[in-house]
Amino acid sequence: MSSGTAQDVDRNPMNERLLRAQDVSEQRMLLSLATPALLMIVAIVLIPVGWLFYLSFIGNDGQLSLEHYQKMVEYKSYARVFVTTFQVSILTTLLCILIGYPLAYFLAMLPQRMAGFFMLAVLLPFWTSLLVRTYAWLVLLQKNGILNDFAISAGIWETPVKLVHNMTGTLIGMAHIMLPFLVLPLYGAMRKIERDMMHAAANLGATPIQAFWKIYFPLSLSGMVAGSLIVFVLCLGFYVTPAVLGGGRVVMVATQITAILENQFNWGAASALGVVLLVATIVILYLAGRFLKLDVALFGKS
Amino acid sequence: MRWWQKPASDTQITHGNRLWLYILATIIMMLLVIPTFIVIPMSFSDSQYLEFPPSNWSIRWYDVYLESPKWMQATVTSIQVGILTMLLATPLGTMAAYALYVSGHRAARAIFVCLITPMIVPVILIAIGTFYAYGRVGLNNTITGLVMAHTVLAAPLVMIVITSALRNYDLNQERVARSLGATRVKAFFVITLPQIKFSIVTAALLSFLTSFDEVIIAIFVSGGSNATLTKHMFSALRDFIDPTIAAISTIMILVSTTLLLATQFLGPRQK
Repeated sequence: MSSGTAQDVDRNPMNERLLRAQDVSEQRMLLSLATPALLMIVAIVLIPVGWLFYLSFIGNDGQLSLEHYQKMVEYKSYARVFVTTFQVSILTTLLCILIGYPLAYFLAMLPQRMAGFFMLAVLLPFWTSLLVRTYAWLVLLQKNGILNDFAISAGIWETPVKLVHNMTGTLIGMAHIMLPFLVLPLYGAMRKIERDMMHAAANLGATPIQAFWKIYFPLSLSGMVAGSLIVFVLCLGFYVTPAVLGGGRVVMVATQITAILENQFNWGAASALGVVLLVATIVILYLAGRFLKLDVALFGKS
Repeated sequence: MRWWQKPASDTQITHGNRLWLYILATIIMMLLVIPTFIVIPMSFSDSQYLEFPPSNWSIRWYDVYLESPKWMQATVTSIQVGILTMLLATPLGTMAAYALYVSGHRAARAIFVCLITPMIVPVILIAIGTFYAYGRVGLNNTITGLVMAHTVLAAPLVMIVITSALRNYDLNQERVARSLGATRVKAFFVITLPQIKFSIVTAALLSFLTSFDEVIIAIFVSGGSNATLTKHMFSALRDFIDPTIAAISTIMILVSTTLLLATQFLGPRQK
């Protein structure tokens, strides 16, 4: 902005200083347009979350203490919650990579227009309420649901298999809900790969498989890592799907937080768990940000 | 040469060699789409138990939904909150995106990070945080409180959509207008706004949907006569499988699909 305005003006130092001052004040004025949004976020996110942070250090007797954090280390039940959370998050991420990579590759190989059409298969579920999709899986996977009926009539298994209200159901539902978060950045990264590179590799005598693993796959990694990170981080704090499809048997951090609030109304303990969740999320994103330009991968150009 | 013998890629793989990929991708796409839409036929079943395909068709679950004051009130609340969120988040997000994009101020990046915190902080934390804070100021179970919380979730999405629209737009046009005597505000409304309006519409639809589909904050912060559709649906899901939910789900799918198609049709014209 600053370069254009100063050009035709008499270049005496007084003028230049004045112009720069004007420039800075204009920049500030523009920046103030962001104030309403900023104030909302301070009021609704930063202050309440800061408050929870404070509450997490207040013991049950009302004094400053680390008792909520100590309990997390000492009690077996907490350890189980953390293990389940990581287990579900890691398995969901792996499932998404396994299913999402071929799909993104398929879409990236198609001509733009066709890819746009098939992309609807990713976007329609993405835009559909996750509650609706969770409900659909509940219906599909239940004891006399469609999947069991189908498998029995096809002779895959004989008696109804328990597919829901357990880990299996949770993972199926989570993978379905998280898949678009992996496919979209991965597809973006794949589209940016220069096709000429593959030409060159083929020209130099690489078999298609070699060309894929030596050229294409490494170039698509940035998108895959970015997508997997989003999936993983979203899984860590996920509530609805594990609560419904886990049927009380898959207790993750978010489920535990609500359980503590509902049953014991213990704000300190619930906040402490929330703080751990937040810190874990921030640490993962920070480490990831150091190794790859996350904002570039997520939002296109930075 | 038949189509499957033609090269499909730059490494001379034929479509025939690729067949496995096409089959696999088709299966994956079906796995994505079918569970999303399977509730639609099921919602027209006559039976208490959700069956597919339904043995008898009927619209009895839609009648149950339409005749229930509880569901009707929740629907009205959800639509109300969605529209208010849209009306609040769209201008707030657009202003912030414009400010940060145009101003070259040093603080712009820091403010950007601050503005997207709602996308980083796990929603469960925002939910219990607002629940606690609202308890202090009496905003729990109010439309105002819920709209404010949903606006905070939607505003970063608006910002991202508008920022990417501004990147594809040549800001020099605004400079030209200003050099011809337009004020900054006039230049924005006359020159920039018409050119990014489809992105603004997309952002607005996105913020409506963000609010309409939001579950976790609604579970905590909304309640009483101001409980949302998603809150009632969630508690119904935890208890038993009620076919009414299938009917409501169908309506929600209809809403989001319509909005998605609207953005898809609006999109290309803007380029």
